[in-house]
Amino acid sequence: MSMQTGTADITALLEQYPPEEGQGALMGLLQDIQEQLGYLPVEALEAVSKYLKVPLSHIYGVISFYAQFSLVPRGKHIIKMCMGTACHIRGGQMVLDEIRSYLNLNGRDTTEDKLFSLEVVRCLGTCFLAPVMMIGNKYYGKLTTAKVRKILKSYQS
Amino acid sequence: MPKDRKKQDIQRINNPKELEALREKLKRDRDKDRVRIRICMTGCRAHGAEEILKAFQEEVGKRKLDAEIVSTGCHGFCAQAPVLVVDPYGIFYGGVRPQDVPEIVSQTVEKGKPVEHLLYTDPRSGKTIAQASEIPFYKNQQKVVLRNCGEIDPTDMLQYIERDGYAALAKALTQMDPPGVVQEVLSSGLRGRGGAGFPTGRKWSFTAAASGGPKYMICNADEGDPGAFMDRAVLEGDPHAAIEGMTIAAYAIGASEGYVYVRAEYPIAVDHLKKALADAKAMGLLGENILGSGFSFHVKIKKGSGAFVCGEETALIASIEGKRGMPRPRPPFPAQSGVWGKPTSINNVETLANVPPIVLNGSKWYSGIGTESSRGTKVFALAGKVNNTGLVEVPMGITLKEVVFEVGGGIPDGRNFKAVQTGGPSGGCIPEEMLDLPVDYESLAKVGAIMGSGGMIVADDRTCMVDVSRFFMDFIQDESCGKCVPCRIGTKRMLEILIDICGGRGTVEDLQTLEDLAYSIKDTALCGLGQTAPNPVLTTLKYFRDEYLAHIEEGTCPAKVCKALIQYRIIPEACTGCGACLKACPTQAITGEKKEAHIIAQELCIKCGMCYSTCRFDAIEVE
Repeated sequence: MSMQTGTADITALLEQYPPEEGQGALMGLLQDIQEQLGYLPVEALEAVSKYLKVPLSHIYGVISFYAQFSLVPRGKHIIKMCMGTACHIRGGQMVLDEIRSYLNLNGRDTTEDKLFSLEVVRCLGTCFLAPVMMIGNKYYGKLTTAKVRKILKSYQS
Repeated sequence: MPKDRKKQDIQRINNPKELEALREKLKRDRDKDRVRIRICMTGCRAHGAEEILKAFQEEVGKRKLDAEIVSTGCHGFCAQAPVLVVDPYGIFYGGVRPQDVPEIVSQTVEKGKPVEHLLYTDPRSGKTIAQASEIPFYKNQQKVVLRNCGEIDPTDMLQYIERDGYAALAKALTQMDPPGVVQEVLSSGLRGRGGAGFPTGRKWSFTAAASGGPKYMICNADEGDPGAFMDRAVLEGDPHAAIEGMTIAAYAIGASEGYVYVRAEYPIAVDHLKKALADAKAMGLLGENILGSGFSFHVKIKKGSGAFVCGEETALIASIEGKRGMPRPRPPFPAQSGVWGKPTSINNVETLANVPPIVLNGSKWYSGIGTESSRGTKVFALAGKVNNTGLVEVPMGITLKEVVFEVGGGIPDGRNFKAVQTGGPSGGCIPEEMLDLPVDYESLAKVGAIMGSGGMIVADDRTCMVDVSRFFMDFIQDESCGKCVPCRIGTKRMLEILIDICGGRGTVEDLQTLEDLAYSIKDTALCGLGQTAPNPVLTTLKYFRDEYLAHIEEGTCPAKVCKALIQYRIIPEACTGCGACLKACPTQAITGEKKEAHIIAQELCIKCGMCYSTCRFDAIEVE
């Protein structure tokens, strides 16, 4: 994404928050930016810092604290693999291992072709579907290693 | 009643009289004999509920039938997803497939007859049951919090109003003064449903008495405990219940501003909440001068960003203020110094959903449910190795046995019950010999567990309790904010020991070290997350010590879960040589000719269990 479009897009997002809210608007703004751009580019953060009058160091502190923020571009499809208790005792680890090996992640979060990013999350609150994952906003439940491969394949074609 | 209500129906209501008039009109307009198909469109979506809805719309349209199709929230019986109920007959269908819909429409919708072969079969008696209310899963429940979940379309505010919605708010604003509301909730005996069980009325009285303003009312919907989904169900299935409870609370404590802090992992809940807040504002039941009473209350949504510790109230406040979500020592309590340093009350979703019925029906009614010290009902999320996974609401004082075996329907696949885990990473594992324990705050605390927010995970004989401990410690370690040393470093050391034990490298002395560390962390950690983190380890050490010792002394995992301590082996006599496992093995560790017994090369095996789950002839054993 070019810097220029990035900044232009952000201006519209910034204007939804009154600058006098300052730090209080930070989380919401970061969430909106990430939703639109897929991640948090540093140029955008500099703009946020100026707009809300919050130091960049503070913004970095916030981003690094919360699991859902990303400073690097992510894949087109975000896989949220649940590792809650119910998923754990129903074999979630095997499914997670399968996703990692099928997508050749080798310790990375995002596939080389930028099609998928994998996030391990702590309970999606859908324990009756265990083991469960989400791709985007869609739930896939009662996963097995075979089933998860089939699902991932359907996103690749 | 028309399915799509016209926009002008959402009109501002200026006083309680108008609200009552609207409610009466809605009740009058309701044709009780008209067929109403209630389809769960929240949790069941993952099981194809959207296709079922479409099939019903098409089939009902094709046959030109007069039936109302309602997209509802969770019915609770998630194990049967997708589920629906056809009223006025109350006939329940679970595991519905699109091809079943024409038959349900032609028989049940058109003629009021159950479709026998699609009905729920009680696994114990083997008999089919048509009526939802007769199914054992529902029979033993008592719904207060979940009164509207599965009954109404959560995005249609008028359906909430029709079922006495906002009547409690109107009553509080016109017939009670704020101290009167606090007193009513205090007398009801309602305690915080987020986990700690602090009396709600007392919490409110502290905030009401605090000086300074503006005051804030926060709804804590950061449901982080793995295995808990009660708040998700309320927000998705009946968001106005939480909003009405919150508004009554705000009136009681004198708050003019409020926040709902909700997990970003719950997209449907966030959508329904947004709609509900906008509608409530448009109808004058939120915002300026509510129902002409002069009382104003404004609510904003704040989304979390994936930090478990933010469920802790001081961490949640920090997060709302746009900071790292780290707890701080108390006092001062949020009642004196909360958001932006102002007096604040933080109550959980389930707690707040209890408030409207308490105000409407009186504290006497409410305190008639439950036990002496724990009044009312509790919603549990049943999951793990239990037949009827789902959401259940039971009166306090019911035994764990009733929850797991009556409501929950027991353990699947003929396995044996081992333990039930309550309270998530802060809770404990309760063994079989304690199943007669009544579910109340004190009884659960006495055995080392906690009520917690309501997650209830059932473990069977194939669940390794050492592995469960390791799982929770890994969770806590990962989610520890790092501010205080006992939690940051202590949980790390505990996790290392548990990993060693699961890996067959543990020593008997490790158990003593684990216990010492556990008690030090309990006594010295800064917040609830750290103080309760050792509970899963302490309870498993207490009730399942033999499993730890088997790992350490015999090098075996009795539940056959810990990879380092197990081996997969093919039983030659049972193997048909079908080749299914050979194809499934990701490391080509399995060899063998077709129609001849295969073998596993142990040095190549990564113990992924693929062969085990693939084999249809029970020819693979774990030892």
